[in-house]
Amino acid sequence: MESFYSESPFGTSITAEEVLDSIGFLDDWEERYRYIIDLGKSLPSLPDELKTEERFVRGCQSQVWLAHQFDPAENKIYLAVDSDALIVRGLAAMVLAALNRKSPQQILQYDIQDYFTKLDLLKHLSPTRGNGVQAMVEKIHGIAKTLNAG
Amino acid sequence: MSFDIAALRAQFPILSQTVRGKPLVYLDNGATTQKPEAVIQAVDAYYRECNSNVHRGAHYLSDEATARFENARQSVADFVNASREEIIWTRGTTESINLVANCYGASLKAGDEVIISTLEHHSNIVPWQMACERSGATLKVIPMQPDGSLDLAAYRALLNQRTRIVAITHVSNSLGTVNPVAEMIRDAKAVGAATLLDGAQAVSHFNIDVRALDCDFYAFSGHKLFGPTGIGVLYGRKELLEAMPPWLGGGEMIETVSFERSTWNKLPYKFEAGTPNIAGAVGLGAAIDWLQGQDRAALAAHEAELLRDATTRAEAFQGMRLIGTAPGKVAVISFLLDGAHPHDVGQLLDQQGIAVRTGHHCTMPLMDYLGIPGTVRASFSIYNDSTDIERLFNALEKVKSFL
Repeated sequence: MESFYSESPFGTSITAEEVLDSIGFLDDWEERYRYIIDLGKSLPSLPDELKTEERFVRGCQSQVWLAHQFDPAENKIYLAVDSDALIVRGLAAMVLAALNRKSPQQILQYDIQDYFTKLDLLKHLSPTRGNGVQAMVEKIHGIAKTLNAG
Repeated sequence: MSFDIAALRAQFPILSQTVRGKPLVYLDNGATTQKPEAVIQAVDAYYRECNSNVHRGAHYLSDEATARFENARQSVADFVNASREEIIWTRGTTESINLVANCYGASLKAGDEVIISTLEHHSNIVPWQMACERSGATLKVIPMQPDGSLDLAAYRALLNQRTRIVAITHVSNSLGTVNPVAEMIRDAKAVGAATLLDGAQAVSHFNIDVRALDCDFYAFSGHKLFGPTGIGVLYGRKELLEAMPPWLGGGEMIETVSFERSTWNKLPYKFEAGTPNIAGAVGLGAAIDWLQGQDRAALAAHEAELLRDATTRAEAFQGMRLIGTAPGKVAVISFLLDGAHPHDVGQLLDQQGIAVRTGHHCTMPLMDYLGIPGTVRASFSIYNDSTDIERLFNALEKVKSFL
């Protein structure tokens, strides 16, 4: 498996709970944005040849690509996201913290809106506001549904 | 400076608010301008005092609404130096251009050519693409120089006897370039082509005289001229408007209707089907009356000073690349920060109470031409001041510390 899947810290060493915990400790917008941008910087890059039309996520102000690989033995979906904008990378990393390396069933059952609400309620941080993160989640759900049906 | 910037700002209620605990710095005037009290009050008074349908003549309120509505049309006509029957209300610049592309464009045929420029907003590209697809005409594009001005020699080379329409923007929304439209119109006339100017980004910055420009059509939006949203204007030369077929059919635009055939109302009503945006027109009239009551030469000098100040700071700012440095510009700076995506810059400015636009600004072909994904655009208006510019550049220093 390619390193951008296997070495991604999101969903393993960085989970949704840890993101919520960390954000909860940050007092002002500067700290929160520095945290998001740091998350974005720690997101492994996708090789250019994977940045194809079918992996392109529409509805984003910046360019976003979503790649995935399914491991049938483990019943897990490995996700990788890339964007040319750092804040969107950071928000994508938060989504991966919640959804990466989960089974299709787990992805579909996970209450991502509740996660977003918690992020928003915590510090007025909405990953959904017109930045394409919602479109990214829909694409991940589409992948999970297809695999679940198959 | 012969005018009082504090007094001017005080007429725009929205500017006094704080955003995220910081004073609002509104630098997205290219997208829409704020509204002075005079406009807000005119719209309010219309609904409180005389809301009614126009041109029905049935009762006192209708007469009063009609008077305000038609007075607004006269204000627009005076503002651009046209006659009132040449002023057609639309929803905005986009609809105005679509009207021309559909109605004047109805006479296009295969082999004809339509010229636009690299600087165009999608609103002055797509309607012409559609008109060309319908008719088999060809769309030609004037290339640009690296500084954001049009290549006039290339333009002249494109003009020929097949050129039917030249549709260009008066001022570039993305870069602020002011095009030499009077000269370009003269060249278009010489080959017998009709001319349309997209004035959306021009009208709030300087006087427009359609007679002096000698253009056939001039399109603009009310909301970029301190007026309400949803109201716009198409100026059209009378002879052309009379020769054009109507676009939308319905009430108001007809003279007589029978099931066999209908006949069309006189100008400008022929192009105004349905109940118009009366409150919007009244508000736009008020905006123009308000603006004409200001010392416009002083306002223009103030904007020129804002542009000089912002450009000087931009040139001295480490890591900033100005996009668009044509000699003639309105008060707009479009830029990139080294290694930073415009979207990131915009979000980090927003967190500091500063409103700018980021992205392709609805000019994707221009961005492709420049080989960039978009820009950060700070667009200034009469009520901006040197404090706004100082706050913008201080905030940009902070942005750099993040990226």
